[in-house]
Amino acid sequence: MAAVRTSSEIGFNRVAIVAVLMVTIIFLAPIYWIASTAFKPRNLATTIPPTVVFQPEISPFVKLFTKRSQLRSPPTPEEYAAAPWWERVVFDGGEKIVRDGKDQVQWSGYPSRFLNSLIIAITSTVLAVGMGTFTAYGFSRFKVKGEADLLFFILSTRMLPPVVVAIPMFLMYRAVGLNDSHIGLIILYTAFNLSFSVWLMKGFMDEIPKEYEEAALVDGYTRMEAFFKIVLPEAATGIAATAVFCFITAWNEYAFALIMTNRRAQTAPPFIPSQVGSGLPDWTVIAAGTFLFLLPVAIFTFLLRNHLLRGMSFGAIRK
Amino acid sequence: MATTMITTLDRSSRAAARGLSDISIRNLFIIPTVLFLIVFNIFPLIYSLGYSFTDFRASTNAPANFVGLQNYRDLLNDPYVWSNFAITAKYVIISVAGQLLVGFGVAMLLNRDIPLKGLLTTLLLLPMMLSMAVVGLFWKLLYDPSFGIINYALGLGTFEWLSDPKMALYAVALTDIWMWSPFVMLLSLAGLSAVPKHLYEAAAIDRAGPFYTFFRITLPLVAPILMIAVIFRTMEAFKTFDLAYILTSQPTTELISIRLYKMAFQEWQTGRSCALAYIVLIMVLAITNIYVKYLNKVKER
Repeated sequence: MAAVRTSSEIGFNRVAIVAVLMVTIIFLAPIYWIASTAFKPRNLATTIPPTVVFQPEISPFVKLFTKRSQLRSPPTPEEYAAAPWWERVVFDGGEKIVRDGKDQVQWSGYPSRFLNSLIIAITSTVLAVGMGTFTAYGFSRFKVKGEADLLFFILSTRMLPPVVVAIPMFLMYRAVGLNDSHIGLIILYTAFNLSFSVWLMKGFMDEIPKEYEEAALVDGYTRMEAFFKIVLPEAATGIAATAVFCFITAWNEYAFALIMTNRRAQTAPPFIPSQVGSGLPDWTVIAAGTFLFLLPVAIFTFLLRNHLLRGMSFGAIRK
Repeated sequence: MATTMITTLDRSSRAAARGLSDISIRNLFIIPTVLFLIVFNIFPLIYSLGYSFTDFRASTNAPANFVGLQNYRDLLNDPYVWSNFAITAKYVIISVAGQLLVGFGVAMLLNRDIPLKGLLTTLLLLPMMLSMAVVGLFWKLLYDPSFGIINYALGLGTFEWLSDPKMALYAVALTDIWMWSPFVMLLSLAGLSAVPKHLYEAAAIDRAGPFYTFFRITLPLVAPILMIAVIFRTMEAFKTFDLAYILTSQPTTELISIRLYKMAFQEWQTGRSCALAYIVLIMVLAITNIYVKYLNKVKER
């Protein structure tokens, strides 16, 4: 290849590298803007020209976690000096933290929504990947009548728009009292992710040579022992990748959560937009909430990078 | 073949006598999942099929009356619903075409020796992993006419992205293109890296021009994977709800999912929304069927 490379090709290579860098910068700009707005004082969030260099602040996060009200009059110097640092940054923004009768700080809705997201995403992931691993092994190693149709059926349930599935689920949940409950959402997300998990895990299982188990069976293992002691350790990477995909899907899900929950079991995705409301939103607080919410997924993306292709295409294409 | 071999091997081994038979293990592994999916995915759909023939409203206690095919007839004669389908089709075309162009273009640029290529690729993939609803919300600030960075960066003054009914759908599609071009890029990269190098060498020896090489070698060989990307993205774009629902409330961006949501959970026309859900479901199943057939064909190669 190098032998036939002309100088114009090398020149084009340089242009391509510059273009790639520019595209990367453009693609990351919105994410950078979320991250930087999350550390801005409120008055710098919506300036023209946009503020790029500024003294980072933690106040958006303090505001994100607490209930606040407008300050009628500025605090006295004594009050200000006596207040802890997190109270002062709120004072600086012309607000104060709301406390109840016992002087306890009132939390905003965000921490409980974040916790709900964690509980629901983790539990549904464990269930979907757990069941999916067994089922994928079953499909991978044994003859199943109508296997192709069954796999299509498993996949097709995931292809429907969430609202289509949500209408009857809403009615059924209302009938059995599962609306706005953690269990209700966990079941929904498990069902939603299970099909994906079976498809992806089947691909990983197919790649584990059958000879490994055969050798174990000859050595006197039962099929169950072979599965747990030979196959599962071999499939560990695949299980981890599948789990991260399921987690991200459940974590990011919006439509089901919007329809099925409103308060007690509400997750972060429907909660964050509901905070914009009317009037002038405080974009620094929204950015802070968004930033914290995106952080786990950003970390996972880096861990997953070698499996992204397979996961995003339902294992249709492998590297 | 290999499976039967294991089975025979299993029968002759002593271990098989101790443990469960292969058939019971297969059933134990597969049946619970299939049952779970039937209860939580198929049963609800049967339930809503029943309601689709009634005038049921979930907001009242009035019993549902059987109205036969009335809901379906009304929906298929409703120009409003047809316009929702038309908006959805327009959105799918703009958004998928945009993703295809940007995604494949970036993949072509990336498909060479570049320092830090792995890192750049991973960074480029970040948008599609994020929550559409949450990131979509932030795009409202980016699109803001007076202090959004998009207008500032492009020097557009106070251009109305989301409040202009004509522009709003394009703005939603643009955000979708930003989120999902990386997906097309990822698939294209896989396709491009699978093109045998010797074809390019042969083309270079034959003094083939870059256009000839692209249209006669690169494109035909990457086409199957691009097709997968297109079908996949078409299905996803057809389902779009979050992004459009959060970014605007313009009637010009009312995709079919949003119409369905409003009908079911704001107007509480439960029976009719079940019927519309079925119309959508049949369309999705048709596309899915094509997709899976195609997928199996590609996989066989």
